[in-house]
Amino acid sequence: MTAMLETYPTDTRTADITDAEAIDRAWAAAERVTDPEMPMLTLLDLGVLRDVTIENGHVVTTITPTYSGCPAMATMRDDLQRELLEAGFPDAEVRVSLTPAWTSDWITERGRQALKDAGISPPGSAPVRTGPVALTLMPTRRAVTCVLCGSDNVRLSSEFGATACKAMYQCNDCLEPFDHVKEI
Amino acid sequence: MTANNEPTIHVEHDEAGTNVDHGDHDNAYSGLLVNDANWAFGTDFEDPLAGVDTTVPDGVDAKDLGAYCLMLGDDALVFSQRISEWCSNAPDLEEDIALANIALDLLGQARLLLARAAAADPELVPELPEGSPVPDEDRLAFFRNDLGFRNVRLAEVPNGDFAEAVAKILIYSTWRLSIFERLTDSRDTVLAAIAAKGVKEMSYHRDFAGRWVVTLARGTEESKSRLVTALNGLWPLWSELFETHPVETAVAEAGIGVDPATVADEASVILDQVFAAAGIDRPERGGLAGVGVHGGKGRDGLHTEALSKLLAEMQVVAREHPEGQW
Repeated sequence: MTAMLETYPTDTRTADITDAEAIDRAWAAAERVTDPEMPMLTLLDLGVLRDVTIENGHVVTTITPTYSGCPAMATMRDDLQRELLEAGFPDAEVRVSLTPAWTSDWITERGRQALKDAGISPPGSAPVRTGPVALTLMPTRRAVTCVLCGSDNVRLSSEFGATACKAMYQCNDCLEPFDHVKEI
Repeated sequence: MTANNEPTIHVEHDEAGTNVDHGDHDNAYSGLLVNDANWAFGTDFEDPLAGVDTTVPDGVDAKDLGAYCLMLGDDALVFSQRISEWCSNAPDLEEDIALANIALDLLGQARLLLARAAAADPELVPELPEGSPVPDEDRLAFFRNDLGFRNVRLAEVPNGDFAEAVAKILIYSTWRLSIFERLTDSRDTVLAAIAAKGVKEMSYHRDFAGRWVVTLARGTEESKSRLVTALNGLWPLWSELFETHPVETAVAEAGIGVDPATVADEASVILDQVFAAAGIDRPERGGLAGVGVHGGKGRDGLHTEALSKLLAEMQVVAREHPEGQW
């Protein structure tokens, strides 16, 4: 048995477990938390939940914002703390990590499937840059297919959508309007 | 309830360490929020730099770093406020949402930059009464006067029509993207991280504005004429973007900031590409003069009247209730 978790001695669930067991339990709890704006995705599948560790007997989770102005960060933090509290970790700390910056490439395969199942088009590969950002005066080229009928005859209605991370598309065949998670 | 029927008061501490009294009454909303007491006019967000190492790098003057972050933060805050005035006023829903998204990205950048400024140099932060729950970034946003703001004057220009909006966003984001791309190499890891995030966001802003500039220029006589009028009106503020303030010289030498003069050529070339695609000429107007014998400009805290009016609207409620909580 390694060092006892000092977190909350009166909580019988975490009073006498090892750090390894505690991390497993904390990960399991943190993995249940979903994105407040895209609840079909867990924070892990979205790539926002970066790490869960034990430091000095406390659970520390690390999240990274998708966009600088993401208004969901506070809710994510509160949801993480609540889920960890219910798992027996009442003083879990949530840290924000700015580096490396979030990229849509971190959305997991399971996350991409969950987006598709919910009628949201998942992102393609994020652009890889070497040198200055190129100016793009034509609509962004993406291999997007309609989430309803599968047609690739779709048009971009706006690069900006209902949340910071989405663009808006419409299918020219079945006319379904749908969201597409942007590549960044 | 205690024996003498006085309501029990328990004292809690909110994140700012402020004592918070809660009467022993039923509150329909209790339990909905983790943080019971929030300053009423800020965000419900925690410190945007929570858990981020804000140590100032070796060999860097913390005052210079703070002043520089304040400049960049004020640019983003004031321009965000301007663009957000478009909310519900754009020509169509898609453009309304796009402008709101751009304003939101800039507000996020402003929060990080102002929080970085406060962490680097706490003396920048306005003092408020003891126990005030207002976090540093909001003190900087809501409790400084126009003379304390260090934004370039382009950011404060009052809104015109939609052509003016896209022209202004194109100019701002072309300039800013060139600076932020270089800032990703800053020795200050916080600033570098903020810039890396901002580059991704502003690439979308610049493309959005550039496409609209081309569309309007190649649209009708009316749309082209409005666009050209807007560009001519904004052009006197272009040269100020590339003038170097002594603070910018100092941070560039220390390897944490960018001398804006060094991005002038690149930004010009990019803008000319848009003008070429749009089939319009680069405006020919001299720069707007500064104020006073020293010719002070935005980075010196000397602004156009428009900034005072913008700040009055943005700050009035917060200033009326500096300790307001909900």
